Amino acid sequence: MVSIQEKLNLLIFRVDENTHISIDKSKCAVCRERPCLFFCPAGLFTLSGEEVLHSYEGCLECGTCYLACEQKAVSWQYPRGGYGVLYRQS
Amino acid sequence: MRRKEHFDAVVVGAGPAGSTAALVMARAGLRVALLERGEYPGAKNVSGAVLYGTSFLERLLPGFRLSAPVERYITRRSIGFMSESALFSLDYKSSSADVPPNYGFTVLRPQFDRWLAQRAVEAGALLVPKTVVDGLIREKGAVKGVRSRREKGELYADVVVAADGVNSFLAREAGLRGEFSLQEMTLGIKEVIALDRQLLEERFQINGNEGVAYEFLGSVTGNVCGGGFLYTNRESLSIGIIFQLSSLLRERARPYELLDGLKNHPSILPLIRGGSVKEYSAHMIPEGGWKMFPKLYAPGLLVAGDAAGMVLAAGCYLQGINYAMVAGEAAARTVIAAAKDRDFSALSLARYETFLREQKLIQDFQRFQKAPEFFLNQRIQNVYPAMICRLAEQVFHAAGGPKEKIRDLAAAGMREAGVSWFQLLKDLIEGGRSIGW
Ligand SMILES: Cc1cc2nc3c(=O)[nH]c(=O)nc-3n(C[C@H](O)[C@H](O)[C@H](O)COP(=O)(O)OP(=O)(O)OC[C@H]3O[C@@H](n4cnc5c(N)ncnc54)[C@H](O)[C@@H]3O)c2cc1C
Repeated sequence: MVSIQEKLNLLIFRVDENTHISIDKSKCAVCRERPCLFFCPAGLFTLSGEEVLHSYEGCLECGTCYLACEQKAVSWQYPRGGYGVLYRQS
Repeated sequence: MRRKEHFDAVVVGAGPAGSTAALVMARAGLRVALLERGEYPGAKNVSGAVLYGTSFLERLLPGFRLSAPVERYITRRSIGFMSESALFSLDYKSSSADVPPNYGFTVLRPQFDRWLAQRAVEAGALLVPKTVVDGLIREKGAVKGVRSRREKGELYADVVVAADGVNSFLAREAGLRGEFSLQEMTLGIKEVIALDRQLLEERFQINGNEGVAYEFLGSVTGNVCGGGFLYTNRESLSIGIIFQLSSLLRERARPYELLDGLKNHPSILPLIRGGSVKEYSAHMIPEGGWKMFPKLYAPGLLVAGDAAGMVLAAGCYLQGINYAMVAGEAAARTVIAAAKDRDFSALSLARYETFLREQKLIQDFQRFQKAPEFFLNQRIQNVYPAMICRLAEQVFHAAGGPKEKIRDLAAAGMREAGVSWFQLLKDLIEGGRSIGW
């Protein structure tokens, strides 16, 4: 079984210096379920101690996170034009 | 007086809906800008994918087969019911399916979308890639253009066609749709696996440009409501799973782990063995059908394709590319007619619905409006497929000993799965009503 990181490594990302995903950590602090740790198809949401961390560099730009976060803690917008994931075969 | 950056139409999104719209409008002599956030059209796009729209494409672009990046024509379709260890398939193969007009063909979106957008450019549309549209410009209640995330990024037009895909922030900003429900939204993930061409053709029993579309229900998604697919491309396979978001959340499942499970299923592993994974991707699908259709137009604005929820997800169907193109054409015809009258009011743009009806798009979605709810259900997607496998296993089991009649085996299987005869009957009738009769 390959890890999610290995899957992401197959892809080309034009990484912007600015993030296109931000989370409101005060909402994460009171969230019990924390489904983001599971549903993200790129596995971008992780736990460090009690704190939810996220990264944007490997984002597949599906939009699941802003939709599925019950706390509405995720602000998500498209990366700047030409940046982000670059699919060649999908 | 006309402003400098004034177009007859601005199309947002160079997917199948947007590029078709731009192509048809440009052909009619309109000044069209086609804005796309990706580095090239298709850079952000994901489908299975089988495109079921050969007769439409033939009408739009006669002889398209000669230049379109067709991977393989589907001549074989299978539906597989899965348990952890078994696969029960219904298999249909036709030798006439590769004769036009065929059932459909597989595509890789980055290739296909680029090709289609190029046709729009040839017809005179101005393609502007690497450009995100962040919002609409509105004056006196009518849409007058878009704001792109560029310096001096305002672009004015008589009409804006929002072909901006499933997340359509434009349709939401215009107030045409509300919030999505997690029941009607699915997440699709997929891998493209390169495989030697000869090996592929032998494994799937196909020749030349023939191809296979294989779809799976059952244990492939664990307890998550959803299904899997495996499609053949020329020298690769597309394998993926589609999950209902609400049940993905409930089961706390990791999508990519379930995909690895599918790839390692004893019936699938031999099909993909020896291949090398080339790409992994994810994308949402609006599967609610007719019930989630937004309002399709507003003064100066039309919505087409995924942005309008135009994906038919009904059991054996998962079709969105074809409807996106049909809607793109209908939107273009609407704008062309409105431009003649110089009237871009909601009343004038209401023609869009007439054109969509002419192409039977609205009727298709109305006809199958009960299907999404029926199929996005755990009994249908998980419980019955496992029961079918179990029954087959018992019927084909040949170790000797007493034999039971199928009815008794089925009854035992149903008891095990906790399904009553009444429930089964009800599902058969409802399933029949949703796609059968
Ligand atoms: C896993 C999976 C499998 C599928 N399988 C099939 C299949 O086998 N057959 C089938 O017919 N359909 C299938 N579909 C559905 C199909 O992919 C969609 O219905 C189809 O892509 C819709 O086309 P569209 O042009 O409306 O939207 P899209 O193809 O999503 O195009 C939208 C375009 O707009 C651009 N864009 C979005 N927002 C902006 C913005 N603000 N500014 C600038 N550009 C923007 C995007 O980059 C994109 O190029 C599948 C979908 C998935 C996810």
